[in-house]
Amino acid sequence: MDKTNESKETTKQRFSLPFHVIKRINIPVWKKILIYAVAIITGLLLSSLICAGFAGKSPVDFFVYLFKGAFGSSRRIWVLLLDMALLLGTSIALIPAFKMKFWNLGGNGQILVGCLSAVACMNFLGGKVSNGLLIFIMFLASVAAGIIWALIPALFKAFFNTNETLFTLMMNYIAIGLVRFCIASWVKSGSGVLTPIGYGNLPKLYNDQLLTILVFVILTLFMFVYLKYSKHGYEISVVGESVNTAKYVGINVSKVIIRTMILSGAIAGLVGFFIAGAVDHTVSDAAANNMGFTAIMTSWLAAFNPLVMMLTCFFISFISKGMLQVRTDFGLSSDSIANIVVGLVYFCVIACAFFVNYKIVFRKKEDK
Amino acid sequence: MLVTFLVGAIALGVVLLYGCLGETLMEKAGHLNLGIPGIMCMGTAGGCFGALLYMKGLAQETDAKWLPLLLVSILFSILFSAATGAIYAFLTVTLRCNQNITGLAVTTFGAGLSQFIMDTYVPRALRDSYFGVASKLFAKGIVNDPDANGVLKVFFSHGFFVYFAILLAILFAIVLKRTRVGLHLRAVGESPATADAAGVNVTAYKYVSILVGSAVAGFGGLFYTMDYLKGSWENASTIEAFGWLAIALVIFTLWKPGISIFGSILFGALSIAAFVLNGTSAQKELLKLLPYVITVVVLVFTSIRNKRENQAPGALGLSYFREDR
Repeated sequence: MDKTNESKETTKQRFSLPFHVIKRINIPVWKKILIYAVAIITGLLLSSLICAGFAGKSPVDFFVYLFKGAFGSSRRIWVLLLDMALLLGTSIALIPAFKMKFWNLGGNGQILVGCLSAVACMNFLGGKVSNGLLIFIMFLASVAAGIIWALIPALFKAFFNTNETLFTLMMNYIAIGLVRFCIASWVKSGSGVLTPIGYGNLPKLYNDQLLTILVFVILTLFMFVYLKYSKHGYEISVVGESVNTAKYVGINVSKVIIRTMILSGAIAGLVGFFIAGAVDHTVSDAAANNMGFTAIMTSWLAAFNPLVMMLTCFFISFISKGMLQVRTDFGLSSDSIANIVVGLVYFCVIACAFFVNYKIVFRKKEDK
Repeated sequence: MLVTFLVGAIALGVVLLYGCLGETLMEKAGHLNLGIPGIMCMGTAGGCFGALLYMKGLAQETDAKWLPLLLVSILFSILFSAATGAIYAFLTVTLRCNQNITGLAVTTFGAGLSQFIMDTYVPRALRDSYFGVASKLFAKGIVNDPDANGVLKVFFSHGFFVYFAILLAILFAIVLKRTRVGLHLRAVGESPATADAAGVNVTAYKYVSILVGSAVAGFGGLFYTMDYLKGSWENASTIEAFGWLAIALVIFTLWKPGISIFGSILFGALSIAAFVLNGTSAQKELLKLLPYVITVVVLVFTSIRNKRENQAPGALGLSYFREDR
């Protein structure tokens, strides 16, 4: 694609596209929302056509089943909200780091070590100390583990500028290996599955899900205030905009990176704590449910705004829960169809960023 | 024992080598593609689909010939992985979207779609009946005698894809280092604005390197499934893990295809060390961590040494917009 913006004489002689692309200076909010809405609808329509095509059913049914799967019963709605809350927790863990352009792909690993430490406490201290004390120890262990897992890459980034994208990615696999190692050593039968542990389970608040949901929604509000109104939040955005500017105005960049990643890791560890204490009551190598990656998408789609993130997290959880129903009712043999749909929606929303940042200007007739 | 270990290490290393070569090519053009795991999965699905089509078209399974089988599956593999790569290329080059985000989306999509294709169109029953024969052809080497001399087995018992990978690596090394095309490609990755001013077609170079890189990476998954696993498919997540390791390998090998041959075999050896050595299952799990731990150590060392010639391409991860000055 040759963007021609040469003078009139050259465009006459050479082949050129009838439009050219310029950067937008600013864009009204309503236009932005409209572009994103169109992108999401396009993504869903595309998915419905593809799924209906695979199954030989009507595309309208796709939407019916999608909503039925997500909101079909009150239990489904609670599970959906729980999923959203965990994803939201992961997203607010990642957001401060992303805002300073620290590519933390290690969310999965940080959640996993948090979950692992909590389950380790449940496994070894369960029944020996009171449940309240056990939960407190689990909390400390999870948060500490999350912090350690995030701090290692942060320290190297701060002092040696080590590539954090790959470092955190590798930390995921090291965490997975640690979980497998612990399960292999704890489970004597060799089945490789740790059965749910009855100790250290968090108290119920109305039902199994509400406590987790409340904690992470409140935490999201705190994160919004922290990023928008605190000095720390300001420093994070300055470092994200330009490291040099941050240096010139006297911000200690290394300190900001380390402090932010400690916060990031602590919240990710907390998500692991809730998975261990309130949801799974055990740990497996897939306990993080790939949320570390999904949360990158949700926080990016929300333009790093914690309040908008509630919407994006809800939307992604809605699709993955709804797709379970679509899959059953369409009689599709593979559960990976959910990933295809999520992927398609991602593509559409990513592509629409182009229309937010750039404007296509068609050349007028007399210009030719 | 040692011979089996070395043969396995080379074979598994080649899976990583394909991914690493593909990613190196893209990164040289300034595109950090985190979609490699998804693209490798799609290459696998495409290759298996192609092999299935060929086997289905035969009157008898035993009629299968080496050359047409490989050609058909290579063709489909290229088609599938390049198509996935094309999505990435369009989003990041033409629409200038964030490369990390696009890559992650490509991985989600590619892993999902390949799993779906394998479950739906290449089902287990057909795999069992056809791929036994097909995988023998894929794995056919120059020396096929199981009692052959150890040295001969290490070097000549592999299937076509092992030698092809090493040839590609050498070719990439020569093209990047010694030819004008390679010079232009590196210029695009280091400073697209400079390359543009010098009259290099930045967009074309980016597109071609992403598409070719995707096709090459896709072979890794195809080789792993058809040759190394003898035609069985567990799930996309295994290949996905290789994809991430391949991306790490690019940094490990300092963006040099020549070094990547040895780097990938070293990684392959580390990956299968756990299966060869004796020990409890817990100890083996720890051994399996080795490739990741070593990658981290290498990452840290290269960043501490901070030598100019060992750095990533200058414009890696940045979109290029001509009017952006």
